[in-house]
Amino acid sequence: MNTLVLTKGVPDFREGKVSFDEDGHLERGKTPTVMNPNDKVALQAALQEKVRHGGTVSLMSMGPPGYKEVLREGMREVYADDLYLLSDREMAAADTWATAMTVTTGIATLEESPDLIVAGFKTADGETGHTGPQTMWCHHMNDRLPDRPLLTHVVALDIDMEEGRLRAKRLVSGDVDEIETVETDLPAFVVMDPEFEPSYRKADHRLRYKDLREETKARAEAFEDHLTMWNHEDLNLDPDFIGLDGSPTIVAGVDPIPKGPAEREATPVSPDDDEAMNEVLGELTPFAGGD
Amino acid sequence: MTDEYEHYEAIVVGAGPGGAAAAAALARQGVETLVLERGVDAGSKNVSGGLIYAEESAPYTIDDLFPAFREEAAERPIDEYLIHNIAGDKVKTFDLDRIHHHDTDWCDAVLRRRMDSWLAERVHELTRETGGGLLTEVRVNGLLREDGEIVGVTCDELDPIKADLIVAADGVNSELARDAGLMNWDEPEDWFQGVKAVVEMEPEVIDERFGLDGEPGAAHLFSGDLFETVRGGGFLYTNTDSLSIGTVFHLDSLAAERAEPHELLNALLTHPLLDQWLQGEYEEREYAAKLVPDSKKVAHPSPHQGRLLLVGDAGGQMQAQGPIIKGMNHAVTAGGLAAEAYADAKTRGDPAKAGELYERKLNSEGVMDQLRPSRYRATRAISESGVVTGVGSTLLNSPVGSAGLKALGGVAERAFNSPFLLGMVPDSRMSYVEIPIRIAEVLGEPIEGEGGTIEPPKLADRIGDLTYDVGDPHIELIDDSYAASGTAVTACPVSAEGFGGGCYRDERVKTNGEEKHLVSLDTQPCIECGTCAVVADTHWEHPSGGKGVEYKRG
Repeated sequence: MNTLVLTKGVPDFREGKVSFDEDGHLERGKTPTVMNPNDKVALQAALQEKVRHGGTVSLMSMGPPGYKEVLREGMREVYADDLYLLSDREMAAADTWATAMTVTTGIATLEESPDLIVAGFKTADGETGHTGPQTMWCHHMNDRLPDRPLLTHVVALDIDMEEGRLRAKRLVSGDVDEIETVETDLPAFVVMDPEFEPSYRKADHRLRYKDLREETKARAEAFEDHLTMWNHEDLNLDPDFIGLDGSPTIVAGVDPIPKGPAEREATPVSPDDDEAMNEVLGELTPFAGGD
Repeated sequence: MTDEYEHYEAIVVGAGPGGAAAAAALARQGVETLVLERGVDAGSKNVSGGLIYAEESAPYTIDDLFPAFREEAAERPIDEYLIHNIAGDKVKTFDLDRIHHHDTDWCDAVLRRRMDSWLAERVHELTRETGGGLLTEVRVNGLLREDGEIVGVTCDELDPIKADLIVAADGVNSELARDAGLMNWDEPEDWFQGVKAVVEMEPEVIDERFGLDGEPGAAHLFSGDLFETVRGGGFLYTNTDSLSIGTVFHLDSLAAERAEPHELLNALLTHPLLDQWLQGEYEEREYAAKLVPDSKKVAHPSPHQGRLLLVGDAGGQMQAQGPIIKGMNHAVTAGGLAAEAYADAKTRGDPAKAGELYERKLNSEGVMDQLRPSRYRATRAISESGVVTGVGSTLLNSPVGSAGLKALGGVAERAFNSPFLLGMVPDSRMSYVEIPIRIAEVLGEPIEGEGGTIEPPKLADRIGDLTYDVGDPHIELIDDSYAASGTAVTACPVSAEGFGGGCYRDERVKTNGEEKHLVSLDTQPCIECGTCAVVADTHWEHPSGGKGVEYKRG
């Protein structure tokens, strides 16, 4: 069971990490880059299948050389056997289509075609949710790659290696949320829903999980030994079809949405100010009965 | 479906010293062993007073099984062992050197989180080689049976697992021992309750104030009237950069007197005798509590059923007689013997005989006689009766008794040091309260300090310092009347009368013009000691794996 997980680096939007300028624009230079959180969910799914069926987990990304750290983060915090970074100035400023083109070529260049390709739901910065499905689209146009069914919003995975079948539960959101169970043949391409949580109900699986977590942490210490970097020449890609030149869409502008004014007045009170705290308690007392 | 169950040759439930010893000994015999621990980390659920012994006569000690134990998992050796008999402002200190060193190879102060998590790492390495291993955050919730026979365990987090041997080392509130009907929570008199504070102190300050010189530390016990009439005592052990200070009381006495455990601990902390060591400074790192089985009464003489063997607290194997408090060493020995019994039974071609062999080994190695001394059984009926206590205290308080005590002060000290006599020590007020008081009154010197120079934290702060994510409520109050369950409010170490933030609280509710005195329960601050299961009418189980209290020191 060989799985490939696709990932991207994104600004770390967590409080205390992210930095915005006065106009509310992200300060890219002051904000660290981390692995897209949804992709960790995808990596967890790949790890689950490795625990259950053995095989390998590869992690691939396209981006500047600094993304090596993003791959290392995935290896250290979740799991990876091998890391692949597609990195080249010619690939820069790509939209989702040019990214999908490049990544698909990366997949076609792998020595072994993966049984399963897993992507996260969407990135924390672009939020298009396109790259996974578009990679699948490019996949179909590439003669070197097998056809793969595409399943999105996957919240549970169950693979039967003997039969070469994959059963997935999909979250279908609506007025009433529904879980749809679908079955398909491997190889396949799945996009994980953020609601996915790996499940380990066997002691043996948990023990193997524990082993793999230890191994991957050790491997992350010397992660460059497990890293393959490919530029456009390695992938035999025409610069006109990748990066900015290969991108049919450009982002024409970003307007921050101003936040609505607060409807209620707030008076800041220091917890150390006994007098003020007593006043707060006095205000609250009438409501203590739950009315 | 049955055929799909996972199978391990042995399952050990609980990664304390008993479970660790059993697992290590099994792994060394090449037995495929799976260890399941419900804490986020081994030791995160575990508390002990803090002394572990290695007895010369024991067939297994913790450092036999885990060679670097003393250097890497323990705090410091304990060489000095004193008991302070207290009456009002007078104290008479006896040196318990002889009883402390009797049959003792070594004795170390420990903190359980550090100790148990260290053990668990070794255990995982050893058991992993057999094809098993150690998992945390898995709560074993019962026994798996087929045709009435125990064949494995059931868990909250995992599918049922079958095994040829199940070692229940799941502690004082063992769910497996209860499932098998080998232990119950019926009698408060079968239990002690211990409460402990881990207090921060710089290593050089400890050495200076306790007159120590580097490595070996000191143990101090406290007995007499500092806890009024509640039967029990206090202890103080020096660690590397902290002190373990605690109290241990008979649960029946605690319940009958409606005493508040945290207040009894405070009575010790603020006692003038402690001024010399605390000197007005007090930084409490952790507040903890634990139920302690009284092995004299509840060490199961036949701690097995089918494939299930009980080890340590789960089998009531906690020796507490007078100033002797030994639990972890017996758990280690029992764990080693359980593994040995299984290996022997297998060699004989009948693994089902493991339980029987285990019982035989506990007896032949002398463990059972330490846990349930025949001398205690022989003298208990007489010495714990009211008549003897009455006569004893009359004699003790008479001028003749005092003269005797004065003349025989040295004999009294020797008596405290006699393992033979201690085996007979009755659990009456006379031995715990009156004798130490009289010793202090007659032989004691005035205490110098004023007392009360430190202020122990409020209960709310003590609870707040512990970490809780209890998940679903794991205790159900069956009878919420104050008459049936009111004692839980006082005896629970994290609840108190008039304190609204605890696990239990009492309230008066008016319905149809009638006022009812009721008890309510909020399991959020629960520290899983099990006290309420004994003193109140509850349905009690452990929280799921990784949930509930997490001790950082233990």
